[in-house]
Amino acid sequence: MAERKATRDGFGAALAELGEKYDFLVLDADLAAATKTGMFKKKFPDRFFDCGIAEGNMMGVAAGLAATGKKVFAASFAMFSAGRSYEQIRNSIGYPHLNVNIVGTHASITVGEDGATHQCNEDLALMRNIPGMTVICPADATEAFAAVEAVLNHDGPCYLRFGRYPVPNLTPELLPDYKFEIGKGIVYREGSDVTIVANGYMVHLALEAADILKSEGISAEVINIHTFKPFDAELVVASAKKTGAIVTAEEHSIKGGLGSAACEAVCEKYPVPVLRVGVEDKFGRSGQVPELLELYGLTAENIAAKARFAISMKSSK
Amino acid sequence: MEQSKLLSLSRVANQIRINIIEAVYNAKCGHPGGSLSIAEIMTYLYFEEMNIDPKNPKDPLRDRFVLSKGHTAPALYATLAERGYFPREDLKTLRKTSSYLQGHPDMKSVPGVDMSTGSLGQGISAACGMALSSKLDGNPYRVYTVLGDGESEEGQVWEAAMFAAHYKLDNLVAILDLNGLQIDGPITEVMNPTPHDEKFRAFGWNVITIDAHNFDEIEAALKNARATEGRPTAIIARSVKGKGVSYMENACEWHGQAPKEDLYKVAISDLEKIAETLK
Repeated sequence: MAERKATRDGFGAALAELGEKYDFLVLDADLAAATKTGMFKKKFPDRFFDCGIAEGNMMGVAAGLAATGKKVFAASFAMFSAGRSYEQIRNSIGYPHLNVNIVGTHASITVGEDGATHQCNEDLALMRNIPGMTVICPADATEAFAAVEAVLNHDGPCYLRFGRYPVPNLTPELLPDYKFEIGKGIVYREGSDVTIVANGYMVHLALEAADILKSEGISAEVINIHTFKPFDAELVVASAKKTGAIVTAEEHSIKGGLGSAACEAVCEKYPVPVLRVGVEDKFGRSGQVPELLELYGLTAENIAAKARFAISMKSSK
Repeated sequence: MEQSKLLSLSRVANQIRINIIEAVYNAKCGHPGGSLSIAEIMTYLYFEEMNIDPKNPKDPLRDRFVLSKGHTAPALYATLAERGYFPREDLKTLRKTSSYLQGHPDMKSVPGVDMSTGSLGQGISAACGMALSSKLDGNPYRVYTVLGDGESEEGQVWEAAMFAAHYKLDNLVAILDLNGLQIDGPITEVMNPTPHDEKFRAFGWNVITIDAHNFDEIEAALKNARATEGRPTAIIARSVKGKGVSYMENACEWHGQAPKEDLYKVAISDLEKIAETLK
């Protein structure tokens, strides 16, 4: 089993390492230790600016820095960067299309004990609706690192989502020729009976689900959609044509998240059954992460169950 | 200041007021009251204070201006046109579908606009970012922002005030247009944000209170700001909303509507009478 590491750790390591190669600034709102921007702060104290607990102003400051040509990361918990500062991001960063990389860590249910007020299940939906915004949700620490380098070479505003909870760092062993490209999904496993489209924390559970299904003689294709926007509809539709059924798996509200995006993609091009695993129309709650994942149905077993059902819908068409 | 300079600046300010009325009248909507109240401030900034070149509006070393109270875009556009960034005639296209002159400032489409604004409270934060950027690069450029008094009810203004003082942004000047009125009525009745001077001082700013329509006081305040080290400067500019147009002065209803033809003619006649006195 691969080493477990949180995507926020990949983010922090990337900032600290890439800070030598790229010219950028980092802003945080009194959460540097938690978001892992602290790793950059320690190494490049002159390029790090704490904005205090004032996220709206932080986004405006980031916009002003970007308007004068700086590359900027502005980080907080997803709830407070994408959530609290939504309107500042939309109007001061999105509308003028400035080079600000907005970072939301501690996204969704895997926040754990802090509970509902800190478990943002809506950030991807919010960010996706801002015209010109690139939205990325990496699956593991290696992908998180690669995503940071990709946005440093990208022109325009980006939102990057990272998690608090460790996740198996699968990329190095499963994909030796791994290359991160914004907007290009990755086929982790080829299959013919059903497609599992996942992102973020759910990618490794999608692979576990594929193992469960394999033991039952079902061949599942597993796709990691690390870039939520622009959405790789081409890849998802091509897979739908091959398997005829889709299950999505996301640690996010199923309203406006990956499930919605997959539905939109196939509905317009090649309609097939799409069943969604994700946070239903509910707030989170306090608890230990493994228990919460069970409670909210964010499990390999649930993905496998939905896959079986999706396949049955296909035959009853 | 010298009489000739005063006269010349006053003429520009009056022409800017005429431009504002022409723009809003042709748009059939917009915000004349708070545009007219800042005509002298805009004039002094763009014709005396700021290091800018209309022929090179993207010069990285230029001074920056952020209209935090973005709804008074007519004042900014009227000034930019007068300063030569684009033809005065274009002001008549304000707010029209085919025009580049958006209802609120758009940095992507309007030459000379340094930041897109309109959602209140956000411009001052962007101005802080620009001032910080200038300092980091050891650049000499300064950053100016104009805020509304009603706008100061937004909490983000005070987040930015904290930030600017904390990072000692002495290259930042925030000018607050204290015209006393907002959409729903007098600021002291809607949600009293005063006293601004004491608030900014408590946040660690250098604070100067002036008459917004007096060029000598504007000049002195901006000189004082340049001489101030280690602190940003807030200029509390007491103004008359609707200044220069008889029926618009201190009248809340002219915050956000355009005059129809009869009142448009009165406005232009009022301003032409002022122009006569400046010959």
